[in-house]
Amino acid sequence: MGHTMAEKILARASGKEHLAPGELVNARIDMALGNDITAPVAIQEFNKIGVDAVFDRERIALIPDHFTPNKDIQTAQQVKGMREFARRYELTHYYEVGRMGIEHALLPELGLVLPGDVVIGADSHTCTYGALGAFATGVGSTDLAAVMATGELWFKVPPTIRIVFEGTLPPGITGKDLVLYTIGQLGVDGARYCALEFTGPVIRELDMDGRFTISNMAIEAGAKVGLIAPDEITLDYVKGRNQRPFEPIESDEDAPVLQEYRWDVSQLEPQVAVPFSPANVKPVSELSDVFLDQVVIGSCTNGRMEDLRQAAQVLKGKKVHPKVRLIVIPATQAIYLQAMREGLLEIFIEAEAAVSTPTCGPCLGGHMGILAEGETSLATTNRNFVGRMGHPKSGVYLSSPAVAAASAVAGQIIHPDQIGEVK
Amino acid sequence: MSTIRGKVWTFGDDIDTDAIIPARYLTTTDMDQLAVHCMEDADPEFPRKASSGDIIVAGKNFGCGSSREHAPLAIKGAGLSCVIAESFARIFYRNAINIGLPILESPEAARALQEGEEIEIDLQKGEIHDSKGKVYTATSFPPFMQEIISRGGLINYVKERVKQGE
Repeated sequence: MGHTMAEKILARASGKEHLAPGELVNARIDMALGNDITAPVAIQEFNKIGVDAVFDRERIALIPDHFTPNKDIQTAQQVKGMREFARRYELTHYYEVGRMGIEHALLPELGLVLPGDVVIGADSHTCTYGALGAFATGVGSTDLAAVMATGELWFKVPPTIRIVFEGTLPPGITGKDLVLYTIGQLGVDGARYCALEFTGPVIRELDMDGRFTISNMAIEAGAKVGLIAPDEITLDYVKGRNQRPFEPIESDEDAPVLQEYRWDVSQLEPQVAVPFSPANVKPVSELSDVFLDQVVIGSCTNGRMEDLRQAAQVLKGKKVHPKVRLIVIPATQAIYLQAMREGLLEIFIEAEAAVSTPTCGPCLGGHMGILAEGETSLATTNRNFVGRMGHPKSGVYLSSPAVAAASAVAGQIIHPDQIGEVK
Repeated sequence: MSTIRGKVWTFGDDIDTDAIIPARYLTTTDMDQLAVHCMEDADPEFPRKASSGDIIVAGKNFGCGSSREHAPLAIKGAGLSCVIAESFARIFYRNAINIGLPILESPEAARALQEGEEIEIDLQKGEIHDSKGKVYTATSFPPFMQEIISRGGLINYVKERVKQGE
């Protein structure tokens, strides 16, 4: 009987022949990650352990991205502590403002996370790297501290839920629509403690940026990882970036899974998550008169090149609605530069959008676009919990970049196909 | 301290980490400063109402969302003695065990316990005694996790392992 990717990757990393769901293992970590919210706590805990070195200075990435460029004195102090730690332990992968990006866009871009890896990050969206076929999962700061000291961490082997997207993806429908639909079907705890594995012809056709978006939001269904088996598209992306050798792993065909969903997505409409849950998902045609104060295009979910291209395609020659503030945030410096070279930034600025340096900022209500009481935002981000983007009495809708861009022009949530009707 | 006595505060399903400690307060790692805003976006009055030793009782998927360890730290900092839930989101579950915040998974207790009720918990046995004398047994922890819990958290556990390795 075969085994799933999740089981096989964990087995290799823990020196076991094979593993079954429910087993507890200690696995070797290929890359560990912390940000300016979680690393400060991890550093405090690391200092209590009493070791005089980290397990491997090339396998720890510390990235100040949430409240950076530092939004106030307190956050400046937090980042200062991170910076000093990185220098003291001579960490190779500390990325300062001006060189950084949103962690989950930056690490794949730099080839620091690879197919077959076990990656932990003190950030819930670490599951993004599942798109590369890495067993990548979010943990807490104390877990990160333990890994920085020992290079190992305990895991419970998860059962796998397989999602098969069948048919062909309609034009304009993206990875974001697929993952919102999935979360809507499963619910916010539908994959709790499980590995999600996305497969089928639609996934095989999807570019890496779309795949990152899907794996990124696996956590929103409670999943531990959101895996996609590596293929030619993955290897094309990784080759030339990888800073160390790697060995891809995929599921055996006869691997038993906990559950399998097969969805034909040939007729899928753009999907929107309505406040206050990412599982509260509706097709865009079911929403009317949702008037917007702010639109955010960016984040670890949708701040990559393809996302910006889709937004720019809609915004070209248009103006953002007078009552709307549009904020566009390229996820890394490299994406920012590429968007400039392709003329996308010009399109955004001429449309009267604000374009920001990479930051998680507004996604978590940190800075750079906080909502006031009673305001409504549409965002390409990943969560719309109460108070997520600011005031506890504000609301966030979630969508793809194309829907976000069209809605910014219309001043209310619309299908991108309706943009011709906007006066 | 394996016996806890305290008053119950009830919450619903899918209480996320933004509700437990909103991101706007994550500019500190200090438990006492975080505690002032504990559960604020779920119930703005909670930080003022709750007293040391009180117990949170919630529905399914408690602590979903972000990996922020500030969430269990805020609860611990507020002096709350335990969280009982129908189920926990996995990162919150890890974090609570790692920092030594007692948590118990018991769907029956989570559904039955009433706000304001005084209950008693035997952590060693995983037993919850309600105000009418009814006893609920929580899902037991695997031996490996019991070891982390008995040492007061992951850091102490790792410390000992590092010492043994020397």
